[in-house]
Amino acid sequence: MTIVTFVHPDGREQRIAADAGESAMQAATRNDINGILAECGGNAMCATCHVYVDAAWLARLPAMGGDEDALLDGTAAERRAESRLSCQIKLSAGLDGLILHLPERQT
Amino acid sequence: MTATATSPGQGAAPGVPHLDFDPFSIEFFADPFATHEELREAGPVVYLDTYGVYGVARYAEVHAVLNDPLTFCSSRGVGLSDFAKEKPWRPQSIILEADPPAHTRTRAVLGQVLSATAMKPLRSHFAARAEAKADELLARGSFDAITDLAEAYPLSVFPDALGLQQEGREHLLPYASLVFNSFGPPNRLRQEAIERSAPHQAYVAEQCRRENLVPGGFGACIHARADAGDITHDEAPLLVRSLLSAGLDTTVYGIGATVYCLARFPDQLAKLRSDPTLARNAFEEAVRFESPVQTFFRTTTREVELGGHSIGEGEKILMFLGAANRDPRRWENPDRYDITRRTAGHVGFGSGIHMCVGQLVARLEGEVMLSALARRVGSIEITGEVKRRYNNTLRGLESLPITITPA
Repeated sequence: MTIVTFVHPDGREQRIAADAGESAMQAATRNDINGILAECGGNAMCATCHVYVDAAWLARLPAMGGDEDALLDGTAAERRAESRLSCQIKLSAGLDGLILHLPERQT
Repeated sequence: MTATATSPGQGAAPGVPHLDFDPFSIEFFADPFATHEELREAGPVVYLDTYGVYGVARYAEVHAVLNDPLTFCSSRGVGLSDFAKEKPWRPQSIILEADPPAHTRTRAVLGQVLSATAMKPLRSHFAARAEAKADELLARGSFDAITDLAEAYPLSVFPDALGLQQEGREHLLPYASLVFNSFGPPNRLRQEAIERSAPHQAYVAEQCRRENLVPGGFGACIHARADAGDITHDEAPLLVRSLLSAGLDTTVYGIGATVYCLARFPDQLAKLRSDPTLARNAFEEAVRFESPVQTFFRTTTREVELGGHSIGEGEKILMFLGAANRDPRRWENPDRYDITRRTAGHVGFGSGIHMCVGQLVARLEGEVMLSALARRVGSIEITGEVKRRYNNTLRGLESLPITITPA
């Protein structure tokens, strides 16, 4: 099991347990994390599951693909160096303890 | 009803439940929900004797078929007609009716032309037109929510965004209706649509040419991608055609569905009025609830196991998207229109590599139109006969007379 913490813009933290092989987006929607919309359902088309990866974790994530990179240009909230799409973050045991910050808005 | 001679398949695999209703009949279109339930409860896979095809209506199987495009292909047509056996009625689409790797290239081009980044500069103009439309309708009070709103609003923004000339736009809705009717069997809806298609096809073919598209629009952007070498100059007009086929009627039906829902469920309208930021999800939930695009076919490219049954190669499978969107295995209170529902995962826009490439345009139009209404309208009352429009693929209304009052 992989524990992921979502930090809301107001500082509130929600800790959830992800199943093996789930994406951070799937874990978030299954646990009803409000700041993750995922309008396209995980098909990498909408950029509404945007997260800011905690600095300590950024380098430990697999590199992003070209599609994700292009989609991040379309996020509603500001794109930053630590921006990722949570549908593209597959949760492995090595990511236990991952911290993801939620943006102000997704649309 | 019994199996007909038109059966394209090799007969059902043993153990698959048979159903003999006609999924392309007016009776079914008029009220599909009881039959949807029958389909879901019969089993994970059924056989539809009327056309000799398989059907899936549960969410899990519909989602699985959509997400395995190499086994369940689109290149043999996404309607009943099998392109391996029959010539398509129009030159085959190079995106909708294509498989990887050919599909990957054309999809990338349309995906970028209609990306979230591309939507940003459109938002303020689309919103302004929606505000103006809402003001105009409120001043009128009573009107037809289909022609005067669901059709009028997309017609006021989408053809311009595409970069179409002013002349001839009256062909757009009939052409789209024709395309969606063509996915059905050779019934009256399809035959009549194709018989009357010549002028609409001629208009569309002409509009797809580069010299007829206004610079800066989606169409011109597609042609520019041919200059960049991402697609050929022969392919560009066919991709423009895809936007003309699928970009207008679908949003018309989506907006129509949302207004129809809000008119029938005043508690949801009240919720939307108290928080207009729910407009985007009110639209999305209507797409789940009514599923404007009801069905698509796939064709098996090999023998495959689906829902515990072995299905042979070259079999057509009809996916009931509308039934999957109300499958109680997936959705809590599926028959309830709930604008606060977490709608992510519905298959109203499909799923996987062929998921609606224009979904962001649709959501933008839906959101700004519904938001403009939510901030102005106090009540919506249906004041006349609600008439359904029949199409082999699309579910929606012909007429929805309503009266709205100011907030």
